[in-house]
Amino acid sequence: MLRIKNLHARVEEKQILNGINLEVKPGEVHAIMGPNGSGKSTLASVLAGREDFEVTEGTVEFLGKDLLEMEPEDRAREGIFLAFQYPVEIPGVSTVNFMKTALNKIREYRGQDTLDAVSFLTLMKEKIKLVEIDPSLLSRSLNEGFSGGEKKRNEIFQMAMLEPKLAILDETDSGLDIDALRIVANGVNKLRTKDNATIVVTHYQRLLEYIVPDYVHVLYKGKIVKSGSKELALELEEKGYDWIKSEVEVA
Amino acid sequence: MSKDNQVLEEFTSKEYEHGWTVNLEADSAPKGLNEDIVRFISAKKNEPEWLLEWRLKAYRHWTTMKEPRWPNVTYPAINYQDIIYYSAPKQKVQPKSLEDVDPELIKTFEKLGISLTEQKRLTGVAVDAVIDSVSVATTFKEKLGELGIIFCSFSEAVREHPELVKKYLGSVVPPNDNYFAALNSAVFSDGSFCYIPKGVKCPMELSTYFRINAANTGQFERTLIVAEEASYVSYLEGCTAPMRDENQLHAAVVELYAMKDAEIKYSTVQNWYPGDKNGKGGIYNFVTKRGLCAGDHSKISWTQVETGSAITWKYPSCILKGDYSSGEFYSVAVTNNFQQADTGTKMIHIGKNSKSRVVSKGISAGKSQNSYRGQVHILKRAENARNFSQCDSLLMGDQCGAHTFPYIDVENKSAHVEHEATTSKIGEDQIFYCLQRGIDEEAAVALIVNGYAKEVLKQLPMEFAVEAQKLLALTLEGSVG
Amino acid sequence: MSTITEKESFSQSLINSLQAQGYSNDSQARKVAFEELKKLGLPEAKSEEYKFTPITRILSKSFDAKELVTESIASEAKVEDRLLSEFPENVVVFSNGRYDESQSSLKAVKGLTILPLKQAINEKSEIIETHFKNFPRSKDPFGLLNAAGWQDGLFVHVEKNIAVSSPLVVINQHDTNEGKVSSHSRLLVLIEQSAEFSIIEKTNTNGTLPAFHSLNEEIKVQANASFKYYKIQNDPGELVQVSNTTIYQENSSRTDTYTFTLDGKLIRNNLSILIDGEGCESHFFGLYLTKGEALVDNHTVVDHMKPNSFSNELYKGLMDEKSKGVFNGKIYVRPHAQKTNAFQSNRNILLSDTATINTKPQLEIWADDVKCSHGCTTGQLDEEALFYLQSRGIPKSTAKAMLLYAFAGEVLEAITDEKLRDYIDGVVSERLHKNF
Repeated sequence: MLRIKNLHARVEEKQILNGINLEVKPGEVHAIMGPNGSGKSTLASVLAGREDFEVTEGTVEFLGKDLLEMEPEDRAREGIFLAFQYPVEIPGVSTVNFMKTALNKIREYRGQDTLDAVSFLTLMKEKIKLVEIDPSLLSRSLNEGFSGGEKKRNEIFQMAMLEPKLAILDETDSGLDIDALRIVANGVNKLRTKDNATIVVTHYQRLLEYIVPDYVHVLYKGKIVKSGSKELALELEEKGYDWIKSEVEVA
Repeated sequence: MSKDNQVLEEFTSKEYEHGWTVNLEADSAPKGLNEDIVRFISAKKNEPEWLLEWRLKAYRHWTTMKEPRWPNVTYPAINYQDIIYYSAPKQKVQPKSLEDVDPELIKTFEKLGISLTEQKRLTGVAVDAVIDSVSVATTFKEKLGELGIIFCSFSEAVREHPELVKKYLGSVVPPNDNYFAALNSAVFSDGSFCYIPKGVKCPMELSTYFRINAANTGQFERTLIVAEEASYVSYLEGCTAPMRDENQLHAAVVELYAMKDAEIKYSTVQNWYPGDKNGKGGIYNFVTKRGLCAGDHSKISWTQVETGSAITWKYPSCILKGDYSSGEFYSVAVTNNFQQADTGTKMIHIGKNSKSRVVSKGISAGKSQNSYRGQVHILKRAENARNFSQCDSLLMGDQCGAHTFPYIDVENKSAHVEHEATTSKIGEDQIFYCLQRGIDEEAAVALIVNGYAKEVLKQLPMEFAVEAQKLLALTLEGSVG
Repeated sequence: MSTITEKESFSQSLINSLQAQGYSNDSQARKVAFEELKKLGLPEAKSEEYKFTPITRILSKSFDAKELVTESIASEAKVEDRLLSEFPENVVVFSNGRYDESQSSLKAVKGLTILPLKQAINEKSEIIETHFKNFPRSKDPFGLLNAAGWQDGLFVHVEKNIAVSSPLVVINQHDTNEGKVSSHSRLLVLIEQSAEFSIIEKTNTNGTLPAFHSLNEEIKVQANASFKYYKIQNDPGELVQVSNTTIYQENSSRTDTYTFTLDGKLIRNNLSILIDGEGCESHFFGLYLTKGEALVDNHTVVDHMKPNSFSNELYKGLMDEKSKGVFNGKIYVRPHAQKTNAFQSNRNILLSDTATINTKPQLEIWADDVKCSHGCTTGQLDEEALFYLQSRGIPKSTAKAMLLYAFAGEVLEAITDEKLRDYIDGVVSERLHKNF
């Protein structure tokens, strides 16, 4: 589904990604871990198409298409969803209105009919149940005045609405208490199918207790320096990132 | 060229939609202004002697006045002798009903999306259509008449209800109030008149649609709305003009008079021709709008969506004379290209426990300058007056300007006055968030701008809200700062 | 109509007297200012910048035009102020506008030069020329009057990397026991790169006859330097004062200004901060407490001319009796001054039925990627809070004083120098009858 080859990227003059290789197949969950500043969030942003980052080398193929050539909105329409680490606030625009616009734009792109108000609301109700979000949040301005947990839950709700093929969760666990974390993780798990894939970007192992990965990759200085099964995450938790750092320095 | 600039560029090249002209035969006064022209206009309209005298007095006063220079706008001097002060589409007979109206005129309004044919209208909006200087048609007159509501052109009001016109004309905006009000008082040609009797809640929206068609013509209409005790009316005003290279002057006066317990809601969607993208042509919109909350518990509410005009200079105001009276001002002003807007409100608190609320949302793009100018004045006897003002500016691109000039004058210690202002831009992160959800940039900007202006747009009656939203989306889609 | 002609003639005869008295021929700078003043005249009743402050009319009632521009009689009155014992290191006193050597005391500090302005113009002409010849001048009529007709002043020079720990105290004392007093003083301050300096400036007025003081201050804060400025105005009686203080900031510099106005007949402070550098910070605080028939008018300008700077302004006012408060705060963000953060807040409380406040916060923005806001409130003491305190057994007068002091507290807390905070706290407490 997703094939990243030798990806290099920088922001302004600063080189951040230094040759990432990663392959994600349908149905898989990949965790990307690493210390602060290792390039985790940059990778997520580059995949979603944020303009601040310049890809200097490498390729990214998504469902057989060149992802890097696409505009951010087209990537979304092709099925990439980024759950933001810091979701923005948009005053005056309700989540409902926002989602209706987004969903219909995506449907248009895919040559499907746009949803009328009734079928949209039916769909929404269904998803509200699925991700356990307070419906009153959805009629408020997008993320405005939301708590950290509410923002993250809203991200998962949007993911449920848009049914992406590849979801990238960027530090979704940051700032969440254990209850909120559980609810968010449950939402993600319910959305898993054999046809879609998930990349979980995180600093801590905690989230991976709830969203169990098939693969764990450790990112350091813009490169994947170690890959393994979910046990690798536990090992990291125990030994800390210094263990990886020293291992890399030695090599 | 960065992407932002590209989109900005696209947006600035957007064309004005209502820029066409119609070949209507017109009956015009010669160019220029003097006492004879004033007499000519008055004679054309078969006015009574007192009104001619009123006009002449205003004219004489005008000649002693100086054009105001304090607004934050610049424009070349206006040659007041180069303007035609009276132009009327030629009609063979005075229309008694819609069937008598020139079909060409009806078509003109249909092109604007305003149907004058009553049976076609489902929304229940009564329309007074004013083209160049005169009212051409008023709909739903009979139905309103049954309730005792008078809704007609100003000239008709002068003929049919002279006692009312005489009593209230100039009572809120005196002829010598300011330069443009004096000019209007001397040469106003038509407009709308509306009277709601005691206890009557007007069952439909009343609306006037203004259109400047003829070249070199100034439009000087006058609107007067009187709401008797415990009555209610919601009134809408819309305007467009053809694209012309030369600037055209629009100097209207609107007077609202609310008695005890009465409420007047006045909404405007102003879409005069703003000039081309190089700043050539466009309407000078110099308008005096003022409401008097004369009685206790009366309420006046102004809502405006300003997207057009080369220059806008207007301050719809409320004089809160009655105790417990209340005034509101909701405004969205959009400027683009070389447009300049200096607009805002005055809330003059005289009555005890009077309250006012101001919500102003400015949006500047292109090379435009957008100013909010407002005054909140709490007079000595206005015990317990309350005001809350919120003035926000949104900038798109780095070549425009946003200015805020609030004057807050408080002479009573029990007053509570709060003013807040912020400046922001559409954040790149906001845009990116929308993009990531599959919403393209143009739709994203429309979404964000409508969200930004929501507090004002929701004040508009349904029919207008839709039009206003479309207008905002049309003029601002894709412009990112 | 007669009043207008009177005012015009007052303005005109002031200009004539200024010319006759000859100062304006002393230098090119004076001449230029004089010509501009001649064109502009003193502010009229309708002039926008003096809309609520009828200064020309008030001056014309207490002074002949000639008296305003003629040097006043000398005074030998001693300055009595706790400020002198608190900060004895560097003190400069002007008595009735004259540099008072006997009461001034200057400690030698390496890299710090403090000289009477006339002496400095002779001895330090080169440095003054370099830094102040093209200094952005105030266009205020009284600023021009001062620039054309200043009588005495001070020059302060802090050299590169010199951090002067103790503040310079400048006292402008007016003694009207022997007759009316009018003085025009001027201050030039140059703070070089990475230097630190602070000034405490206070006016003292003795006697009950009219006094007028115009003060021009031109302060240049060079890259990475830091400057603190405190102004304390507490003059019972007939003092009319107009200050024009312009602070010019270069890259990464920081200024903190504090203006405390507790009394005076008519006080007008024009404070302009010109931020002509990136990475600058400016904080300005004001507290005005007015009573009697006092009129206190603060006009502030912060002009962001370059990107990436920050300014924050907080002015608070309490107006009692028949007094008037006027506040006008302008924030300019020039084109290309992107990433500017500018905030302003003005809070007022009216304490009597006859007090008034006219406030005009003003934002003018020509750049899009900025964060700017202003907020402004006017109200009265929080009745609920007052009741709460009373219900706990605190007498109403004490409760009121407590609340007023709490309102002022936000500005007092911003003073970082502890000794000075105590001193100003003392002055404010006394003024607010804080006797709890």
